[in-house]
Amino acid sequence: MSDAAAPRQMTETGGDAAAIPARPSQSPWRRAWRILRRDKAAIGAFVVLVLIVAACLAAPIYANDLARTDPFRSTLSGSIVIDGQTRKIMEASTTGLGLGTTPIGPTWHWQYMLGADNQGRDVAARLLYGGRNSLLIATAATLICLVLAAAIGTIAGFFGGWVDMVLSRILEVLWAFPVYLLAISLSIVLLTTEFWIGPFRIGSGSLILPIVIIGIIYVPYIARPVRGRVLSLRHSEFVLAAKGLGIPRWRILLKDILPNVTTTLIVYIPIMMALNIVTESALSFLSIGVQPPDASWGTIIQDGQGLLYTRPMVALAPGIAIVLTVLALNVLGDSVRDAVDPRTKLR
Amino acid sequence: MSRTLHRLKITTTLFAAGLFAQAALAGGAQAQDRKALLEEHSGGTMILSAVSAAGTIDPQVNYTAEFWQIFQMTYDGLVKFKQASRSEGFEIVPDLAEAIPEPEDGGKTYVFKLRKGIKFADGSDVTPEDVVASFQRIFKIHGPTSGSFYNNIVGADKCLADAETCTLEGGVVADDAAGTITFHLMQPDSEFFDKIAVPHASILPAKTEAKDSGTSYIPGTGAYVIESYDPNDKMVLKRNPHFKEWSVAAQPQGFPDEIVYRFGMKEESAINAIQNGQIDWMFDPPPADRLNELGTQYADQVHVNPLAAFWYAPMNTNLAPFDNLKVRQAVNFAIDRNALVNIYGGPVLAQPTCQILPPDFPGHEDSCLYTKDPGTAWSAPDMEKAKQLVEESGTAGQKVTVVAEDTATSRAVGTYLQSVLSELGYDATMQAISPNIQFTYIQNTDNKVQISVSQWFMDYPQASNFLNVLLSCASFTPGSDSSINIAGYCNKDLDKRMAEAMQTAVTDPEAANKMWAKLDKAFMEQAPVAPLFTPKNVDFVSKRVGNFIFSNQFRWVIDQSWVQ
Repeated sequence: MSDAAAPRQMTETGGDAAAIPARPSQSPWRRAWRILRRDKAAIGAFVVLVLIVAACLAAPIYANDLARTDPFRSTLSGSIVIDGQTRKIMEASTTGLGLGTTPIGPTWHWQYMLGADNQGRDVAARLLYGGRNSLLIATAATLICLVLAAAIGTIAGFFGGWVDMVLSRILEVLWAFPVYLLAISLSIVLLTTEFWIGPFRIGSGSLILPIVIIGIIYVPYIARPVRGRVLSLRHSEFVLAAKGLGIPRWRILLKDILPNVTTTLIVYIPIMMALNIVTESALSFLSIGVQPPDASWGTIIQDGQGLLYTRPMVALAPGIAIVLTVLALNVLGDSVRDAVDPRTKLR
Repeated sequence: MSRTLHRLKITTTLFAAGLFAQAALAGGAQAQDRKALLEEHSGGTMILSAVSAAGTIDPQVNYTAEFWQIFQMTYDGLVKFKQASRSEGFEIVPDLAEAIPEPEDGGKTYVFKLRKGIKFADGSDVTPEDVVASFQRIFKIHGPTSGSFYNNIVGADKCLADAETCTLEGGVVADDAAGTITFHLMQPDSEFFDKIAVPHASILPAKTEAKDSGTSYIPGTGAYVIESYDPNDKMVLKRNPHFKEWSVAAQPQGFPDEIVYRFGMKEESAINAIQNGQIDWMFDPPPADRLNELGTQYADQVHVNPLAAFWYAPMNTNLAPFDNLKVRQAVNFAIDRNALVNIYGGPVLAQPTCQILPPDFPGHEDSCLYTKDPGTAWSAPDMEKAKQLVEESGTAGQKVTVVAEDTATSRAVGTYLQSVLSELGYDATMQAISPNIQFTYIQNTDNKVQISVSQWFMDYPQASNFLNVLLSCASFTPGSDSSINIAGYCNKDLDKRMAEAMQTAVTDPEAANKMWAKLDKAFMEQAPVAPLFTPKNVDFVSKRVGNFIFSNQFRWVIDQSWVQ
């Protein structure tokens, strides 16, 4: 990024810039990148994330070429050969009264590495496919949330007056609802019926639904700080100067305000992704997120709930995946915040 | 060693006592032994548990297995299902009536003579007037079965049209002097006694308000009274101070002094509590992952018994692709019922089935049209045939959604069906919705449910309670939440044959059962549903519970077990 493209934020605090010894100026992005590269925690978190994403992207390779299984097909009557021994995927109890059927446990081979769920499906393969959906939903929902929040927060903060009043009240109404209650209500209403948005049909089990629902419910959480930032920028010297020069408002908004809001938004990306992964898992665990045959880490935990005593790995594996991903995102989020917006470090 | 011997002795004693008590219940010859058992084991507090309460305790309104079990020891009808073991529990015995009356007027009139000296829990006598008022109340409160079980009583049509002024004039006639109640039916009904033996026909004091009593107890005639009931906490039952045993078969004196039914404990916690001896029994089925542990480590505390029920997948015969017979038959051929048995807990807990009437049920004759080698029993799925049928139907690729309940088993069954439908070439998805709404949701045609997962447990042991209730034209009401014919299947010819079977049953139940067996097969030829498996009931009781008796009608006869 060239210096010319850098936000004018530097002038905001540059009242006595003339007194500072001459030194080649460095863009905030370059400075942030330099700080991040030196942050071992950030690099570790980034590597973990890359590994998780890569593993999830490789799900078809794992399922088709290594485990040789269809993770979406029930296999309740089949058997596999492990170390020369034939083992049933679903083993009916033969001891005592002969009650219960237990899915095969972790084999630590490619086939059924982490065992099977109550449908006889390979947990490891489902974990990778489920991760794709969890990450996709979290990423897409984060983007929707940030775009909406940036638009609403910027417009409300910049234009003020009745526009600010209306948008702020709407945000407050949304804010007043407990996040999960709102998400559950929306999911229950939307998941049972298909609907149309213009020419686009949204099916009852579509992945778009959890993406949109999760994206919307967190908008107030981002839009309010964005509005606050815009409010302070609106009265900053460089904006007043731009106004004084007669530059149109839309141009000031796009060229002066938005670039300065970007740092706030970037800081939120990893944190929101972590939050969205947890939210998606919670909704899917409650059967109101991702719908079968699709899987997500939340649906796999739900599948494992009934197997906690006999096959804890079914619930543990996606649980560990969520913990690792969220931890990595949070660590990365902290580092990005420190790098991009050092003033918030002490908050 | 000595502890083992002691345990063995206790177990042997309890087992012997159990057999003894069951035999005692079967007849009056061993009344002395029963008296001795009552003296030895009466007393103590029995603690039961359920994840949630089952709503109102008005016996004429509540329609749940959970509380019908409780009503057995708190209320009585003119007749009742025998409080006895296994299939003996299907037998109907006189209760408040002295005897089962002979049909008169070609099966359209029955005269019951009321026993003398029976009192309600509030101390008032049971009179013929109470009986008439109780039957009027069924209509006045819009009882859930008023239009299906009791609509054949003369005057019922007027009561159904205007409940508030219901008198059942000419339908239920009391003679106080003679102590009799005469029922006049519009048509002979072979199931009349079954219908008046369920809790909805409980006899209540005539002064009982004509509204759902909710959480308030209505005085009954049973061995126990409900002292308190809080659906968010517990129900407490105590001995009825006005109860004197008049029929061991219908309303035997119970063993525990007090029964406490706690609500809110999850299944996993309940299992642990029973293992620790903190509670005595749980209503809900044990979680699947604890079954093996229970069957091996607690085998002597586990009771497995068959249920007159089936799990099935109703297919909407009025919606694509299931409006095509070949598709419905294909689904039936494709389902691996052994796989579903595995989901339910294995072959000890469920039995594959491809017919509607459950085994050992009136009208049941072994038959399976949809298996690898059609005959009397299901052996294996025939996926080849199924795929061929789908191809012939030209429906492959269509979108199909399976609607299941959001419970572990139903969701697993739904997921399996979705997998089968995908294999058959459909774009299949599964939707699990709250158990509170799923049952009504799948009944309403407005929701356009194509295929769903459901279960049916009989109200009383008659073939019509499956076939006529689930698949008659009268049971299909488009746009209603109460359209129990979920498949929306209406076949006038089969309807006519069912009416004939019900008529035949009045005079010749055996011949009627043969007709029902043919009807079962005839319905399955049209395949409006895909029967999946017949479940069994698992009861897990604490160590101290003795004399466990399981009736095929209302399951565990709670008060005939002891805790000391």
